[in-house]
Amino acid sequence: MGGGRTHEEKTTYREAMREALREALRSDDRVFLMGEDVGRYGGCFGVSLGLLEEFGPERVRDTPLSESAFVGAGIGAALAGMRPIVEIMTVNFSLLALDQILNNAATLLHMSGGQLPVPLVIRMTTGAGRQLAAQHSHSLEGWYAHIPGIRVLAPATLEDARHMLAPALADPDPVLIFEHGSLYNVSGELRPPSEAMDLDHAAIRRAGTDISLITYGGSLPKALAAADELAAEGIRAEVIDLRALRPLDDAAITASVARTHRAVVIDEAWRTGSLAAEVSARIAEGSFYELDAPVERVCSAEVPIPYARRLEQAALPQTADIVAAAHRAVD
Amino acid sequence: MAEFTMPSLGADMDEGTLLEWLVAPGDPVHKGDPVAVVETAKSTIEVECFETGTMANLLVEPGTTVPVGTPLALIGPMAEKAGKPGRTKKPHKPRKPAKARKPEGPTEAEKVEGRRPVRPVPTEGEPSEPPSPPHVTVPVPVPVPTAARQPGRIEAVPLVRHLAEQSGIDLETLHGTGPGGRVTRTDVEEAAAARATARPPRVRATPLARRLAAELGVDLTTVTGTGRESAVRATDVRQAAPGPSAPARPSGATPVRPSAARPSAEGPLEDRSAAMRQAIAGLMTRANRDIPHYYLSTTVDMAAAMDWLHEHNRHSPVGERLLPAALLLKAAALAARNVPELNGFWTDDHFTAGEGVHLGVAVSLRGGGLVAPALHHADALALPQLMTALKDVVTRARTGRLRGSEVSDATLTVTNLGDQGVETIFGVIHPPQVALVGFGRVVDRPCAVNGLLGVRPVVTATLSADHRATDGAVGARYLTVVARLLQNPEHL
Amino acid sequence: MNRTDALDMVRESISRVIPDADVGALGPDDAFRDMLEMDSLDFLSFVEVLSERSGIRIEDEDTPRLTTLAGCADFLVAHTQ
Repeated sequence: MGGGRTHEEKTTYREAMREALREALRSDDRVFLMGEDVGRYGGCFGVSLGLLEEFGPERVRDTPLSESAFVGAGIGAALAGMRPIVEIMTVNFSLLALDQILNNAATLLHMSGGQLPVPLVIRMTTGAGRQLAAQHSHSLEGWYAHIPGIRVLAPATLEDARHMLAPALADPDPVLIFEHGSLYNVSGELRPPSEAMDLDHAAIRRAGTDISLITYGGSLPKALAAADELAAEGIRAEVIDLRALRPLDDAAITASVARTHRAVVIDEAWRTGSLAAEVSARIAEGSFYELDAPVERVCSAEVPIPYARRLEQAALPQTADIVAAAHRAVD
Repeated sequence: MAEFTMPSLGADMDEGTLLEWLVAPGDPVHKGDPVAVVETAKSTIEVECFETGTMANLLVEPGTTVPVGTPLALIGPMAEKAGKPGRTKKPHKPRKPAKARKPEGPTEAEKVEGRRPVRPVPTEGEPSEPPSPPHVTVPVPVPVPTAARQPGRIEAVPLVRHLAEQSGIDLETLHGTGPGGRVTRTDVEEAAAARATARPPRVRATPLARRLAAELGVDLTTVTGTGRESAVRATDVRQAAPGPSAPARPSGATPVRPSAARPSAEGPLEDRSAAMRQAIAGLMTRANRDIPHYYLSTTVDMAAAMDWLHEHNRHSPVGERLLPAALLLKAAALAARNVPELNGFWTDDHFTAGEGVHLGVAVSLRGGGLVAPALHHADALALPQLMTALKDVVTRARTGRLRGSEVSDATLTVTNLGDQGVETIFGVIHPPQVALVGFGRVVDRPCAVNGLLGVRPVVTATLSADHRATDGAVGARYLTVVARLLQNPEHL
Repeated sequence: MNRTDALDMVRESISRVIPDADVGALGPDDAFRDMLEMDSLDFLSFVEVLSERSGIRIEDEDTPRLTTLAGCADFLVAHTQ
């Protein structure tokens, strides 16, 4: 498909994701979707709305409220030759399934001497900004990026929402897809997939020469907005969308820093032990002699994400924070 | 027992290298005898002693570099009889930092009195003193005084040892001031403090700036940082570096594109002159930063030269007339042949003499800017040829048609601002050349001539020279030769 | 040679030596050598051209009179009569 679509048509991130699911379900009988409320309710964030009607309860399955059980079931199905897509409502709840993900999904290929691949895709919502308070709003994808044996993706654009699922399903390893809750309603024109639509490479979302803004997922729109503000002041910021949090595209980071000699890493997770920390460390390791300023990080305040709107906004990285960090590095 | 110390042989001397002992232990020495050969940064000098007595111990081995004031030897009282050398004393441990000493060597009175040893000299038979080998009076091979210092013989309490270890101070290098020559806690702390202050502070610079500085040969300590907390950043280093066009072996002239026949064909004139400005800025900044210039000036009587010139011109067609500049350039070129130390290049910390005298001639351009194309083998050109070559090269410099060899080969540059009415020029040397000769305007001045006051045409000849390559004496010789040559214009 | 011709010849000679010079802007009593920043080589060339064109031999001693257009013209007029 893609080629037949008319380009002026607007779509949302949610619709793009649904279209990807629909395509997956259509194109491969082994693919099925399961999770809490994915069927009759249409998904907690409405991603799978209408799929139950289209594909039936065998392939779009509602599960009990037990992350450990249905993720484990997904692993079993994958081992048995299916191509399951498991949806977990939010990353906070995924911790109930962490044992399955870490101890089973990520390890079985290794422990079986390569005999037991787990071609499982787990999708989940991450991030704050919608007043869902401290048990539904965290950004723990960095924890998953710590685990060898799985692939961690963070689609931040309509194109990635639409086109990352197919290669994720084709991957023999478990793939975790983190969908930032604030992105579902982002709408725009869906462009045909570019050749860079793989799972290994970061993308330059905006080219620049003065500073690299390195980010992913829900922080990408904020970084792009910051780049606009900086451009108005004559500072040309390059915006790098990591896309894949594991494995990290070191080459893209190194190349960008070699161009700009300064970097701000933006990550909605907590600063301590974050993915931003990992990226900073890699810049220090691989690009030390390119750096003309200390690496800056913009992360969330180290508090449980507050419910109150103003407090929540204050706790999260904002465009102004990114602009300020860029100034610290450039001025 | 008096100490013979490393003398200060100049205001700028901080340390010296003992090259050779001219005496052996046991030799009688007299005040004024040369006893050692010391090499300083400037020269090799025989050093006399200021004591009369017997050379007791040589404390420093030849080849060792020590700070001014460091004891080099001990001179004992005159031995009454040869063969009664007495006991030598426990050798001093040298290397005590010379901070307590005056930079300019001992006064005569101090020298005569002899310095009181810093450390009490043990008396003979002191039980704690291990017996030293008895002195022999026959000439012996140069002793190895340091061998006497056995490791482990240093006396220091455990706390002091611990402190020394922590501060990375080698106890053996310390001069103990405690009882019996023990190294005290204060000795260690002072040594540590001295070392801390001696170390230059680390420049705050970004990693990229540091890397660029290394690549571009920029000394970070000379760069002003504009980053956070005055950190030196890449931009600062690039600004401090020579212009982007400066090649590894800088050419002898600011770049002029030889092919650029017409400025208009190359784009806006302003761009070119801005680029040239930048190139000159880079080169001259580097010259003034890297080259320690010294300047000399002399007034040259031009009466003979001008008379000869007028006479020559009177008999020549207009097209073959000479300008005073031709004589000045010829004299400058011949003098460079006579004083080859000023004709060449300073690269990689050493001087390389130029092959032939290729005189760079500073030519100011009408649109602004400056080039200094070379007159090849100017010393070998007869005056009419030199004049022709000068006209040719100036014309081509101004139309932008210089040859590559002309912009890079100059071995010595002459600048002649006399046409602008200036009398004296102290120029900036064109790296990597080592000198720049300046001629002002030929002016009539009252002069003492044969004991009477007369009016004579004179010119001020100046020399800016690189002190790394030559000293003032060489520069003076050069100007003297220039002046002498101009008195005999017919031989130019 | 009349004065007008002489002035023209002087201006043309200057233009030969310094093609960019705005000779039209020079007043008869302006010290053109200074105004046009002519160095001794330029001036020598000028003397050479002027001598060639006018057929007058110009000596070193004459040159102090050749610093303005008027001075040059006077010199030429005087030497062609």
